[in-house]
Amino acid sequence: MTDVLLQAQNLSVSRGELTVFERKSFTINTGMLFQLQGDNGSGKTTLLRAICTLIPLDEGELRWRGELLPAAREQYFAEMCFAGHADGLKGDLTAVENLTSTLTEHTPTVIECIAALEKTGFTGRDDLPCRVLSAGQRRRVVLARVLLSQATLWVLDEPLTALDASGRELVGKLIEEQVGSGGSVVYSTHQPLDVSGFPLQTLALSD
Amino acid sequence: MFRWFHKLASTKNFYRLAEIMTPLLAVACALLIGVGLYQGLFVAPTDYEQGESYRIIYVHVPSAWMSMFIYMVMAFCSLLFLVWKMKLADIVAEVSAPLGASFTFLALVTGSLWGKPMWGTWWEWDARLTSELILLFIYIGYMALRSSIENKSSAARAAAILALVGVVNIPIIHYSVEWWNTLHQPASITKLGKPSIHISMLIPLLLMALGFTLFYFVTMLLKTRNVILEREVNSAWVRERIKEDRL
Amino acid sequence: MGAAFLTLLKRDLTLAMRRRSDWLNPLVFFVIVVSLFPLGIGPDGSLLSEIAPGVIWVAALLATLLALDGLFRDDFDDGSIEQLLLSPQPLPVLVLAKILTHWLISGLPLVLLSPLLALLLQLKLQALPTLLGSLVLGTLSLSLIGAIGAALTVGLRRGGVLLPLLVLPLFIPVLIFGSSSVAAAATGFPVSAQLSLLGGLFFLALALAPWAAAAALRISAES
Repeated sequence: MTDVLLQAQNLSVSRGELTVFERKSFTINTGMLFQLQGDNGSGKTTLLRAICTLIPLDEGELRWRGELLPAAREQYFAEMCFAGHADGLKGDLTAVENLTSTLTEHTPTVIECIAALEKTGFTGRDDLPCRVLSAGQRRRVVLARVLLSQATLWVLDEPLTALDASGRELVGKLIEEQVGSGGSVVYSTHQPLDVSGFPLQTLALSD
Repeated sequence: MFRWFHKLASTKNFYRLAEIMTPLLAVACALLIGVGLYQGLFVAPTDYEQGESYRIIYVHVPSAWMSMFIYMVMAFCSLLFLVWKMKLADIVAEVSAPLGASFTFLALVTGSLWGKPMWGTWWEWDARLTSELILLFIYIGYMALRSSIENKSSAARAAAILALVGVVNIPIIHYSVEWWNTLHQPASITKLGKPSIHISMLIPLLLMALGFTLFYFVTMLLKTRNVILEREVNSAWVRERIKEDRL
Repeated sequence: MGAAFLTLLKRDLTLAMRRRSDWLNPLVFFVIVVSLFPLGIGPDGSLLSEIAPGVIWVAALLATLLALDGLFRDDFDDGSIEQLLLSPQPLPVLVLAKILTHWLISGLPLVLLSPLLALLLQLKLQALPTLLGSLVLGTLSLSLIGAIGAALTVGLRRGGVLLPLLVLPLFIPVLIFGSSSVAAAATGFPVSAQLSLLGGLFFLALALAPWAAAAALRISAES
């Protein structure tokens, strides 16, 4: 059974005089993979941030499970997780400390955090602050945060950035699991992702 | 009522209304200020304590009133903009800020000029003058915030929040400064704008106040028209007007 | 909701403990500014003790201001502001946690250090309890009011310059009631009026500032 999660109708966002994108409509259901394609500067990040209600819309409306956003913000945020360009990790905290201080409904315990880090293939020392970790390792901490959120909808901005081959494979696997278990994923990318067996929708953005 | 309000809120309708109103208000404003100045400077009697120098109140007091009034207009417009997303209200708030700051500055300068013959100093830490000075800082902060945010729609909303924070604070600041002033100087100095003012002095004052208010509305409407044109330069009705050379 | 409040409080306090300069620098600034006054005015004891309430209060205000710019700045730079904004918890509550952290690392040390400065400026000993009490209430209000300004300017490249312009005028009532309470206590007058006005300001700021700061933060994060 599929539920309608997020409905976007005629979304338009402009920055000053410049129109970033115009009249984008799409629907995201449970068990669905939604891919945003486009070159650098085509507005992928802006669209993702608009989906998260971080950027106000010039026109159009967003609904979460039928409820208008941003009014229904709290229900929405309880079921979604966003991983953006900036990783949102505190450089002075260790990976586990970063994860235990996430502000989700349920604060993860240390054991849960370690399990999630193992699942994402984090091999950094957990007594080191995040600022000394490599970009790829930090990315894995972010993935662990996404896993721990237990969100229905993942919104990922360029999830493959800074990851090696094994990391890219891992992202594919995690997304597969998420979609397979009835969740859905929206992500932006300029390289194709190796995920098969799920309805994939693609929205192409161009200048 | 609401419908009428909604119609007015459309920038196109407002532009047309402003076009009609501006010349009418400008004439009324010129008349009021002309008569007010004549009455105030030549007809009103000389004050037996302060002599002729008191006549500066005909500029000072209306400016001080306007400085407060315009801030209230700004705050009200900011509320309209934040709650009902009325773009017109944002424009009015935007163009009002420099006008309000100018009136505040005028009130400060005339207050200082008046202070010289009255107190013997160019600046006295009188409660009202101090309040005006702080109000000027608040106006400057509002304009500085507005101009430093690049994204226009973010700038508008951030400025609106600041204006509302300011309107909560202004009475508190006013009260605290008054309190501070009475604490530090016993009531030996008579304040500006005495309560018992003779009717022949009061009438020109009210004429001037009304004239200043109209002056504000005229300049505000003119500037609002400019901003509307600037913001909606791509809309059909502005293009049509440009083509017909009818701006 | 309470859990998220505590989580954020704990995280920010841990961060503050790991980066001592963030809160030590404003404290040192506080001491230096106060000790500049005798150097600028002269070592006249009676004059110093007369201006001590005002000097300590103005210095406390400036020190609070110095720490304010960092209130949301780090979260903004590393992107954790997005996680804050996308939390299912009410944003004003989270903002309040951040304000409380700010006070704990900037306001509270200031209060604790103030007796030392009172000593330097030869403030009368009888004014000390009032100095402490007024500074506690006053710096709490300053942190709350200042958070609005910090939230409005955090998205700007040169926000640090604009911040004082926005918040200093709003700080004036706190300064007036705070310093006059200390001055009254030093001359043996009752201080209950000033302290209750300071209390009133604090509750008003507590009721309104987190909401205003939360709304401002959402706007700043749009860029």
